[in-house]
Amino acid sequence: MGFFWWGVFPYIVGTILVVASVYRFVIRGTSWHAPSTEIFEKKWLRIGSLLFHWGILFAFIGHVMGVLIPIEFYESIGVTDHLYHIGAIAGGGIAGLMVVIGLIILLIRKFSNPRVKVHASFADYFTVIWLIVVAGLGTYMTLVYNTTVVAYEYRVTIGPWFRSLFTLQPEYELMTAVPLLFQLHVLSSFILFAAIPFTQLIHMFSFPGRYPARAPQQYRARDGYKNSRP
Amino acid sequence: MRIKAQVAMVMHLDKCIGCHTCSVTCKNTWTNRPGMEYVWYNNVETRPGPGYPKEWENTDRYKGGWTLRNGKLHLRAGGPVSKLANIFYNPNMATIDDFYEPWTYDFEHLHKAPKKENLPVARPKSMITGKFIDKPEWGSNWDDDLAGGSEIVPMDPNVQKLQEHIAMEYEKTFMMYLPRICEHCLNPSCVASCPSGALYKRDEDGIVLVDQEACRGWRFCMNGCPYHKVYYNWNTHKAEKCNFCYPRTEAGLPTVCSETCVGRIRYIGVVLYDADRVKEAASVEDPKDLYEAQLSVFLDPNDPEVIEKAREAGINESWIKSAQDSPIYKMAMKWKIALPLHPEYRTLPMVWYVPPLSPIMNHITNEQDLSMDGYIPAVDDMRIPMEYLASLLSADDTSVIRRVLLKMAAMRVHMRAKTVGGMDEMKTSKLLQEAGTTMEELEDMARLLGVAKYNERFVIPTGRREMDDNLHYRQGACSIEGLAPAEGMVTYPYERSDLG
Repeated sequence: MGFFWWGVFPYIVGTILVVASVYRFVIRGTSWHAPSTEIFEKKWLRIGSLLFHWGILFAFIGHVMGVLIPIEFYESIGVTDHLYHIGAIAGGGIAGLMVVIGLIILLIRKFSNPRVKVHASFADYFTVIWLIVVAGLGTYMTLVYNTTVVAYEYRVTIGPWFRSLFTLQPEYELMTAVPLLFQLHVLSSFILFAAIPFTQLIHMFSFPGRYPARAPQQYRARDGYKNSRP
Repeated sequence: MRIKAQVAMVMHLDKCIGCHTCSVTCKNTWTNRPGMEYVWYNNVETRPGPGYPKEWENTDRYKGGWTLRNGKLHLRAGGPVSKLANIFYNPNMATIDDFYEPWTYDFEHLHKAPKKENLPVARPKSMITGKFIDKPEWGSNWDDDLAGGSEIVPMDPNVQKLQEHIAMEYEKTFMMYLPRICEHCLNPSCVASCPSGALYKRDEDGIVLVDQEACRGWRFCMNGCPYHKVYYNWNTHKAEKCNFCYPRTEAGLPTVCSETCVGRIRYIGVVLYDADRVKEAASVEDPKDLYEAQLSVFLDPNDPEVIEKAREAGINESWIKSAQDSPIYKMAMKWKIALPLHPEYRTLPMVWYVPPLSPIMNHITNEQDLSMDGYIPAVDDMRIPMEYLASLLSADDTSVIRRVLLKMAAMRVHMRAKTVGGMDEMKTSKLLQEAGTTMEELEDMARLLGVAKYNERFVIPTGRREMDDNLHYRQGACSIEGLAPAEGMVTYPYERSDLG
């Protein structure tokens, strides 16, 4: 069973993510957008959206630091385990709370504002609720489990396992001894990854990073292909 | 010099009767679908009034257009870096209530209501939530013909600027109509505001469009456009805007709003301009110089050097010919009677307006003895305050408005003298001098403004499909361009010359 969840399932998720995203981009390109409801309601969106988005950006950076960067790196630059955990619990806790509070505001807004509600699809509700599950588990782990039970050292289990996925040699046995709470957080987030191409989450791949570098005015001739064809 | 051609429009406000036919035909053509009910690519505002959306000219609130800082142009709402920092929430964007909540009526009920003591009523129903609206409170033309009067007129940002008190008693007040479409600017701030690069200006005719496949719905264009003419379709989550009816103009036909204009106020034509000088013209220090600066980017289509350069730039003969016959070039650049809307936004808008004349405030004494010179002070005494027109059309420079109004008045006086008589000789009048015009020019103006036929009002060259497409390749390959073999889908086993 451990082999399926930690050795096979992540690849199923990855395949769905890549294939469905490419499908959506190529076949249903006009549906690729950040479906904003700001035109219907601004006041609560301002609080909810800003808390959630900035929170999840910080949380992402935190996950890079905790899961992608090996523990040896911290040891080599002299960051002790104790110091790391203080930073991770404080930083991760704040980011997690921002995400969860932001999401709850957005969820309440979604079903209490009649204009927003009418245009919320199942995928929209699923996204917000499932994000609350994933982020709620993560925040609980960071703020409660880590401080009351044990400051769990995921950098020697979850981290190496996650990195091993990319070398196609999943060290699934590393995950079997991980506390259930952490396992659930990982699995629920993988379900979320699989949902990305089918929901509004797709807009995360469209961050317009090239914008500051491009010319302010854009000209286009009608036929892009005319020069490449005889 | 980088010559480009631009399709532009002039609206002669003196002739606008405020019938909204342009808006309705445009609506039926382009925005009659879910997500776009609140959108009017073309709308007609009664001025003074807040317009659509409410207070769209309030640049402090929506932060549209460009501003000059240390001699350099900046987007008023913030440049690319600040936009990326605000990408999760756009603080300056209008909401649906600034436009209006669109509604239909429950017409079904009129058919299906059971027999009752009272007549059945079709109640208004929101086209956003589908629920009944008990009391609609705003619409795209809620303040039509000054409806709402003294409660609504002060919401007009131009009125708030006026020094003098505006009389709101109906017999003393003034009004005018202002039809608006996308300005298809030479320096469009919506294009510069788009993080995805989805908005662009067409190289061949300057029409500003939104690439629906590239738009990601970041919404900075909505308020980045100071005219508020880019709209968010809440159904597709993409921006949409007036496209100058390009499928029609490419076929040489005027836009739907122009075609159906009852007052025939609209003129469409081509102008040539130097794209290299646009930035410089938009960056002049004093907003009052922007109008002249904008005029300076246009090129004389009859100048042999310009014609030569235009050919080199790939502009074909029919476009050059159209630029020479262009009613826009005559009205905006040659006679200078058509002015850009809010030049102070520094976008170099390409829909121009001839300001309207209005009744003279006070009775002219000794009307029977009135000489032509008597019309000079009359221009200063018209119902629509010159400051108001200047606030709309010349960045508060009343001398520009005065000159245009004088020219328009001179035209009327001259044509009256010519056809009715009873006036003294135009030649001896100071009016010509004051208005800076000649009798020949006035007669040309009268022809174009008063009697011009369809072909004179709309001088539109067809799209240059033959110039930039390989039509032989396109035949049969249309829509599968990327897949079709390079020689096209229609091939013969023999050479064309073999056919003899």
